[in-house]
Amino acid sequence: MRYFRDVATLARKDLLLELRARDTVPAMLLFVVAALVVFHFALPADSSDLAAYGLLWVALVFTALLGLVRSFSAERDQGLLDGLVLAPCDRSAIWLAKALAMLAFLVLAEIVALPAFAIFFTGIGWKTVAGVALANLGICAVGTLLAAMAAASRARELLLPLLFLPLAIPIVVGGVGAGVVEDGGRYLGLLAVYDAIFAIICWASFEYVVTE
Amino acid sequence: MLAATLVCTSIALIFFWVPEDADQGFSQKIFYFHVPIAITAYACFGWGALKAFVHLWKRSPEADVQSYVAIHLGVIFGALTLITGSIWARASWGVWWTWSSQQLVLFLVLFLFYSAYFMLRFSVDPGPARANVSAVYALFGVVLIPISFLAIRLANDFIHPVVFTSAGPQMAGSMFFTFCVALAAMLALASALYRLELAGKRLDATLKRLREALE
Repeated sequence: MRYFRDVATLARKDLLLELRARDTVPAMLLFVVAALVVFHFALPADSSDLAAYGLLWVALVFTALLGLVRSFSAERDQGLLDGLVLAPCDRSAIWLAKALAMLAFLVLAEIVALPAFAIFFTGIGWKTVAGVALANLGICAVGTLLAAMAAASRARELLLPLLFLPLAIPIVVGGVGAGVVEDGGRYLGLLAVYDAIFAIICWASFEYVVTE
Repeated sequence: MLAATLVCTSIALIFFWVPEDADQGFSQKIFYFHVPIAITAYACFGWGALKAFVHLWKRSPEADVQSYVAIHLGVIFGALTLITGSIWARASWGVWWTWSSQQLVLFLVLFLFYSAYFMLRFSVDPGPARANVSAVYALFGVVLIPISFLAIRLANDFIHPVVFTSAGPQMAGSMFFTFCVALAAMLALASALYRLELAGKRLDATLKRLREALE
């Protein structure tokens, strides 16, 4: 019970910071719309809707990356992470709170991105929406942990995409498959398995990333 | 020593003893390099992850170095797998790269993943923090292997709507024997390199300690 109170407090801190500074979500919104416009011009006129589905996932993954790169910047600049690690709460609560805040940002970006995609390109079915919802969980779980890793390194912003993209390949396969294949259930299953496995690993290993 | 003998024996067997494949002829011989190298790379990644786990559990710096060396070798063998696989694809299918070969695609993903491991490791200052971060990332790798394999197999449905049926290990006894010798040779080679590099790392550490003691 205490654990969830800690998580809620930490997540509220991130959301409040975003509400006051507004430096992540607007950037993600602008980026995803701009990316969709670029993709319109990148696709030849007679290309199929299936190609557009693929590009939607490229846009979503990179939008998430944009948010994740910033996710630990406040902690790093102010030396806040040391304070959080010393706080009398379970370390995994820091990860869970950060991932939840990230999830909120990503969902906000997608609330704009998916209708924009439907207007610009082609309509989307419930299976794509379900795929996006499941993929969000995996992206936030894995991405937050990797962002914490990257924040500890010298390369920082440069490093996160390199760490994240190979791990995002199963997410893209699952998401695109759920949208374009007739019987998309198996792909949603893949996403669910991915989420479950990586959420457990991230939850268990976050402590090692922030402590020595 | 054992590694050198086994490698020489396997090369001799591959080129002079084992009969040529009826279907593919001479180019099939690369199979005896490609597959053992791939299996060795998996073994290295697995060993690296195991040592990473030991490090997180027992916090021993030795396990961290072992994990790093194993993954380093795994990446080298993984790159060799990509190269030999590509040559084989050129010889038997006429293309340098094919996305329908699941093993090849999986190795590309793993190669990218473990290359990022080095980027991560070299951009964090040496110390327990680096060891922890590397170990967690190495553990991610062994989880990524089965999930990626599953994903790539599923992805073939919409990228290549052709159903592949694998026929299982159907080969003549002499071929299978050669394959086993080649596999043993590659594993022995990897373990010899592993010990060599580890000895080098230990020597470096000792030298550094001595130098600090002198100052």
